[in-house]
Amino acid sequence: MKLVTAIIKPFKLDDVKEALRTAGIAGMTVSEVQGFGRQRGHTEVYRGTEYTVDFVPKVRIEILADDADAPRIAQAIVEAARTDKIGDGKVWLAPVEDIIRIRTGEMGHDAI
Amino acid sequence: MDSGNTAWVLVSAALVLFMTPGLAFFYGGMVRSKNVLGMLMQNFFCMGIVSVLWAVVVFSLAFGEDIGGGLLGGFDFVGLRDLGIADVAEAAENVPGLALTIPPMLFVAFQLMFAIITPALITGAVADRMKFAAWVVFVGAWLILVYAPVAHWVFSPGGWLFERGALDFAGGTVVHINAGIAALALVFVLGKRRGWPGEAMAPHSLPFTLLGTGILWFGWFGFNAGSALAADGIAAQALVNTHMAAAAALIGWLIVEKVKGGHATTLGAASGAVAGLVAITPCAGFVDTVPALIIGFLAGVVCFAAIQMKFKFGYDDALDVVGIHLVGGILGSIMVGLFADDGVNSIAPDGLFTGGGADLLVEQVIAVAATLVWSFVATFVIAKVIDATIGLRVAPDQEAEGLDVTQHAEAAYAYGDFGSMGRIGS
Repeated sequence: MKLVTAIIKPFKLDDVKEALRTAGIAGMTVSEVQGFGRQRGHTEVYRGTEYTVDFVPKVRIEILADDADAPRIAQAIVEAARTDKIGDGKVWLAPVEDIIRIRTGEMGHDAI
Repeated sequence: MDSGNTAWVLVSAALVLFMTPGLAFFYGGMVRSKNVLGMLMQNFFCMGIVSVLWAVVVFSLAFGEDIGGGLLGGFDFVGLRDLGIADVAEAAENVPGLALTIPPMLFVAFQLMFAIITPALITGAVADRMKFAAWVVFVGAWLILVYAPVAHWVFSPGGWLFERGALDFAGGTVVHINAGIAALALVFVLGKRRGWPGEAMAPHSLPFTLLGTGILWFGWFGFNAGSALAADGIAAQALVNTHMAAAAALIGWLIVEKVKGGHATTLGAASGAVAGLVAITPCAGFVDTVPALIIGFLAGVVCFAAIQMKFKFGYDDALDVVGIHLVGGILGSIMVGLFADDGVNSIAPDGLFTGGGADLLVEQVIAVAATLVWSFVATFVIAKVIDATIGLRVAPDQEAEGLDVTQHAEAAYAYGDFGSMGRIGS
């Protein structure tokens, strides 16, 4: 089992969600996050004083998937989130030792 | 000169000014949080540029002596000269035809507040995607080429629609139809927001929208009852009509919402109230109380239906300026022809339902049509010229990032100390 995590541009979330729905995922979790990579932040001005804001708003997506499905899901995210401009984000896959569905107590593959 | 009338119109001018910040919050609550400052700024900026242009030339174009055909005023009041002189009676004679019982300079101020809010109404349609520089140029050009002539036609004694006998108590044509049809022309050139209509784009703060609605309702007493230009019975009737129409429209909108299988929503209550206020505007000092209730209720129902048009026809009137101000303005302007009552206001002939025949109704239709045609065509041309020169729209990535940061380098909400913000030069 794998945890697919992606950091994407916020306005790409709808496109990514639709691509993942088409790819047949069982569910996803999203959160609003801030951070920076190669993309620079922006400047804000208050009464003539300029400030740099380093952290850029992003959306983090987390999806639990079977080993066989994970690469396909990651690829779907990459294709849907790409704008070819700096700051498109990253996707990574990490192994998951076990998963438990809280309501039923199902474990592992059955809990996805 | 009448001191009682003067006192009331002084207060009314302040009330009408307050509507523009109210409108800013009415709209500001409905946009996404990344665009709220852009929306507030477009509205507040109108208080700056419209005021300056008004003093310099626009009041003169609207209310100066007619230059011919009832189409536009001349340059006699450029810089507001001859209007503020100490001898008020002599100054009043400088504005012939209006029979002012208030200082002309107060009339200038009162009318200015209408000129400020009219282009501000358009901001709701173009929300989330218009370049601030383009808005600056647009408001200036629109005020001179669209607002000044239409105000002259309808409000100035030398205007051709005024002379024909069309009635507009407080701005159904000049303010609401004018802004509503201009909004439609502008969104045709501007295009849709990225993602519309698929993405939800939900309001970020309905409490702001309700607060703005309350400020608008409050200010509208100055807008409509102040338009009597006197502290008299007509002003009182206009105030009651304004209130009753807003109340009935609020209820009308909510009933339709509920009957259509949904919930009674706060945004529906706000929208209904504003629709009623719009529709009663041209009627306020011309109709009796029961017609005002009917007009208000109709406005709530009709405008609810009208806001669905944008999905059918595919134009992105983001916050429903067309559905509420254009449709509500037309409804109200036509209602004058049906319900105007000589017993309420002796300057008005009776309408079709009040025993006066169809003459007034015909004049109302002509006034509506003339405003629609001129405002649409002129606005479309202004928008095309701006689009071809400096561009109307922000770049796609700026639209995605939001107007607040890209147009104004500010963030509306800085919750917590998480921003890692450093002062440049420290």
